[in-house]
Amino acid sequence: MSVLRQAGRIAWKDLRVELRSREIIYTMAFFAALLVVIYSFAFPNKPDVVRAALPGMLWVTIAFAGTIGVGRAFDRERENDTMRALLLAPISRLAVFMGKAIAIALLVLSVAAIVAPLLVLFFNAPLFAEPGMMILVIVLGASGFAIVGSVFAATLLKVRSRDVLLPVILYPLLVPLFVAGTKATAALVADDPELATAWYWIQFLGIYDAAFLVLSFWVFESLVIE
Amino acid sequence: MKKFAVPICAGLAAIAFAGSLWMIFQAPLQFGYNDDGSLNGSSLFFNQKIFYFHVAHAFMLFAAVFVAGFASIAFLRTRDAKWDDIASAAVDVAIAFGAVVLVTGSIWAKAAWHVWWNWEPRLTMSLLLWLILVGYALVRKFAGASADRVAAGMAIFGMVGVPFIYKMVGQDSHPAAGRNGVVATLQAGMKGAFWLAVTAFLLWFVALVIYRVQSIRAERELRELRELGLDAGVLS
Amino acid sequence: MIERVEIKKVGKRYGSERALHGVSLELAAGKTCALLGHNGAGKTTLLGILSTLVRPSDGSVAYATGGKPLIGDAVRREIGLLAHASLCYGELSARENLALFGSLYEVPHDRAAIDALLDRVGLEPRARDREARTYSRGMVQRLALARALLSKPSLVLLDEPFTGLDRGGALQLGEQLGALRDSGAIVVVVTHDLEAIAGRTDHVAILSRGRLVLEERGAFDYDALKDLYHRHAS
Repeated sequence: MSVLRQAGRIAWKDLRVELRSREIIYTMAFFAALLVVIYSFAFPNKPDVVRAALPGMLWVTIAFAGTIGVGRAFDRERENDTMRALLLAPISRLAVFMGKAIAIALLVLSVAAIVAPLLVLFFNAPLFAEPGMMILVIVLGASGFAIVGSVFAATLLKVRSRDVLLPVILYPLLVPLFVAGTKATAALVADDPELATAWYWIQFLGIYDAAFLVLSFWVFESLVIE
Repeated sequence: MKKFAVPICAGLAAIAFAGSLWMIFQAPLQFGYNDDGSLNGSSLFFNQKIFYFHVAHAFMLFAAVFVAGFASIAFLRTRDAKWDDIASAAVDVAIAFGAVVLVTGSIWAKAAWHVWWNWEPRLTMSLLLWLILVGYALVRKFAGASADRVAAGMAIFGMVGVPFIYKMVGQDSHPAAGRNGVVATLQAGMKGAFWLAVTAFLLWFVALVIYRVQSIRAERELRELRELGLDAGVLS
Repeated sequence: MIERVEIKKVGKRYGSERALHGVSLELAAGKTCALLGHNGAGKTTLLGILSTLVRPSDGSVAYATGGKPLIGDAVRREIGLLAHASLCYGELSARENLALFGSLYEVPHDRAAIDALLDRVGLEPRARDREARTYSRGMVQRLALARALLSKPSLVLLDEPFTGLDRGGALQLGEQLGALRDSGAIVVVVTHDLEAIAGRTDHVAILSRGRLVLEERGAFDYDALKDLYHRHAS
């Protein structure tokens, strides 16, 4: 229980720092909005094209903006070597991992909360025909991204070329997550929403998140200690 | 014994390879595809022979992901560089094997489906695994002093991701794998050729991995000796 | 409470670089050890290993209390670290930083406790609610020291604690170190400022290119330290 409380303290600290500077959220949101604007020029604005490309737009934006967010959130821990302070504290390293992952998941979700309405607005897209399931897909996708992203951003903390290596590591590993998110979204925005297909991919995402959460618990400590 | 491991494996591989070439030449011509994906006996012609090497290389690519994954777990547990060397060597060699899988797969796709690349599931899976291994190699090269730790994490996460990639790509027009797949139901004349080819490339893979492990180890020993020499003032 | 630390033949490799070779040292409660040496001699690596955050490639470090070994959280709880960096969040104020770490260490972190600590390290009251990134180098150093001492550690590791402090601050810090020693803590100081530690150390260890080249116990005045340093540190 105390692990969760400590994780909560670390996550709350991250959010408080972010609320004070708003650096990550503003830059991520601006970048994501720019991507949506670029899409509206890159793809013909016809209903059938939009319907086909929409899931990809959503998840590519989450992947790109999320990478910026997770990189920057750990850069903050590097500035005054505060990651060391967290690892030195007499708390479980799981709490450190969970605290960071929770904060990053919330950042990614807040970006999704900006991108999704923008996609609806610019493309007149039926993204929220099934609001409950769509939100579930986004939450599961953002959580999986935050879990794997936190492990590797923390591991790369002291590596000089971390900014280029983070996507090199994350994208190949996260392909199943993004594909599942895209397929679930595609099923939900179809003319006649295919709920069974969407549900299959939601379960896929749930199992993916659970498997990598357990794996992260298991390896986080041995990866972050030099 | 250790000294001879590479030449023995490589020699056996060469013999098996020669034998498999002959058997492949003898083996019957089989399976091509119509445009709708159904079987026929003709459209692949001699291209079907690529199957023996394509699948054998794919086995090694797949095996390397698990070798690197398990060796990386052992490395993180023991912090013994020996395991890290094995993971790194297996990945280096598997990148070359994976390139062969992709090229031969592409040739097959051209012959069978008239496109060089068609995102057919098993080939897609090979590509994704190959990309993980290439990412691993980039990490090793550019992550500086922490490269071993970061790369080990990537190998372990990559291995755990395999079932998800497998589920994700689903089933499609690729000749089936598994219990009722092509390999399990090969004709008698093809079976021998196929397994001999797999043996040849397995031995070749092992020979290359051992060779690579030895050279990584020698590099490290040389560096350490040089440092000792520098410390003792013998070298400058 | 850590009463004894035994460093046994510790070595550390970073990739192909060797930062430490076979260093053995024993640290005892109520003693201050000065760790000296040129830049790159391995002092910071050794402190990292002592703080448990760097895993030695060879050898081991044992922490003990009353003859019983301590491991894991129990060791980390007893360690106070003052590193090159402040280990504090620039976007939070001094009080918020200490409240956060107080809650993670589960030690009293109400306003009174934190203010008492900040008084001790001499961080002026009107700066305490300002974001730490607006602090001067000396103020940051005081905050970092307060963070290190927050949990009343029995193993205090200080990496160049005198940098950024003026003469008065350095004197104050010297007194703090004396008080820590008197309270029975093990203090390890890495520094180039021999003047500041003169008369305050019981134990001098000099590292050179990753090896321990000298270990001497006793009382040292400035001249003795300077002499040892110049003879052995090269």
